Amino acid sequence: MSPARKTENIILTLITLTAAAVWIFPLYWALITSIRSEERVVSNASLLPDEFQLTAYVEAIFNTKIMTWYFNSVGTAVIVTVVVILFSLMCAYAISQIRFPGRRLLYGIVLASFMVPTQALVVTQFILMHKMGLINTWGGIILPQLIVPVVIIVYKQFFDAVPKEMREAAVLDGGGEYTILFKVYLPLNWGITTALAIITFIGVWNAFFWPFLIVTSEDMMTIPVGITQVNDAFGVHYARLMSVALLAAMPVAVAYLVFQKKVTEAVMISSGVKG
Amino acid sequence: MAMIENRRKKSLIALSMVAPFVITFTLFFLYPVVEMVRLSFTDAPLIGPGNWVGFDNYVKLITDRLFITSLKNNGYFILLTVVPTTIIALMIALAVNRLKGGMQALVMTLFFLPYVLPVSVVTEIWAWMLDFQFGVLQPLISLISGKPVAVFKNPYWVMPTVAVVTIWWTNGFNVLLFIAGLRNIPKELYEAAALDGATSFQRFRRVTWPLLWPVTALVLTLQLILQLKIFDQIYLLSQGGPFNSSYVLLLKVYREAFQLNHGGYSSAVATVLFVLIAGVSVLQFQLLRIRRG
Repeated sequence: MSPARKTENIILTLITLTAAAVWIFPLYWALITSIRSEERVVSNASLLPDEFQLTAYVEAIFNTKIMTWYFNSVGTAVIVTVVVILFSLMCAYAISQIRFPGRRLLYGIVLASFMVPTQALVVTQFILMHKMGLINTWGGIILPQLIVPVVIIVYKQFFDAVPKEMREAAVLDGGGEYTILFKVYLPLNWGITTALAIITFIGVWNAFFWPFLIVTSEDMMTIPVGITQVNDAFGVHYARLMSVALLAAMPVAVAYLVFQKKVTEAVMISSGVKG
Repeated sequence: MAMIENRRKKSLIALSMVAPFVITFTLFFLYPVVEMVRLSFTDAPLIGPGNWVGFDNYVKLITDRLFITSLKNNGYFILLTVVPTTIIALMIALAVNRLKGGMQALVMTLFFLPYVLPVSVVTEIWAWMLDFQFGVLQPLISLISGKPVAVFKNPYWVMPTVAVVTIWWTNGFNVLLFIAGLRNIPKELYEAAALDGATSFQRFRRVTWPLLWPVTALVLTLQLILQLKIFDQIYLLSQGGPFNSSYVLLLKVYREAFQLNHGGYSSAVATVLFVLIAGVSVLQFQLLRIRRG
């Protein structure tokens, strides 16, 4: 490499690193704020961490309902994820591997529904939940979120790619369709299953609009909805507000950091751009 | 005979496999779609029956100034976000792509992390940073406008600020798509270009850009759909104000149904939004099909 190219390289790398630092600054600032005292937060705007105390976190945990919101978020997100994966797995397997009447039509409907904005449906979904008596319940939070057509689309593509011989061998061994699905196709696709499960989980965990509509009681709120209440209840207590925000973000941030590869893989696959 | 029986058995098994999805789908998706369209032709309140009023709601929409305002605001927001976010994502992807190993992973993480945060966490962090009195970004704003600005209470600042927050929050996703696209470009093409003595700019123009165009089209249309549906950030940061300067279609759907108790009229707005987005989706589908040949 010529010296000129080398200098160019170093400069470009420095610019990239600076941009990344600027990009992450809001999170850094939230963290710095959360470990300061409320007085310091509004009196001293030093950009460097100059104080370390967990008062705001202790208050957030004991003086807000954040633990209840955690519980609701974990409960509903786990249920939605498991159900979505299970239903999609079975549906995609049938579409991909079994010849049955209406199969093409069903897949067409799944593809079409992928394009439809569920946000436009909130009013009629709300009316339906009202009729079913599910307002302010986990059922109300969960049911409309069970429709994630993209999971079926991705599964179908992966099942289509499994070599025909695998299935033929299993059929010769006398395995029924359910056995073949759960003993052959599911284990072959564990990778994509975890990837899909993680993005479904993050999606449900972060959902705001629907849980916000269907839940009015503080005890039934999920994390993204619940934390907006802290603001109203305490006025401008920014250290506490930031500690609540960071506590709310922690599970997804940690999940992302742990499963980074899977998350990025799932994003690329589900948008049809394989890397 | 045995074959027919076999086929019937197969269909029954298939049916049992698709039934759980089909039932949930019909009940919580298909039925609400049909109901939305039906309600849009009635004067129903949120809860309870209403009278059939034909196209009255749609006629009313044309003269509803708030509806026109929200259409315009949706358009303005799309202008502020779609192309800028695509360009920024492309630049970040190009920058990240030339880094190696651990450094690349670290920088990628920093750019992607905001994407996994809940919207209310994002809005609270930015509301604090932009706080009129104590916000860490107010010195920067003073530099631009000469004085501190309560950005979410200012009709000129509100939409651009929400756009900045949105781009910061969601851009990691686009960066990822571009990086995947860049990795799909065969190395040999760059080697050949280097042998021909192409400069970095020529390599970008002749190799990277044409091969990256399909991903760019995907990002642009995905963004268009996403930004048409904007609600959360607006609701949490400005509630559509000040003076309706950030009032958008989905906020109109929400207000008409849940605050003004106009189920039928709200459904008409929702149907319009639905058709708009479905239209863009068809456009996207066509674009992607062309690209795959």
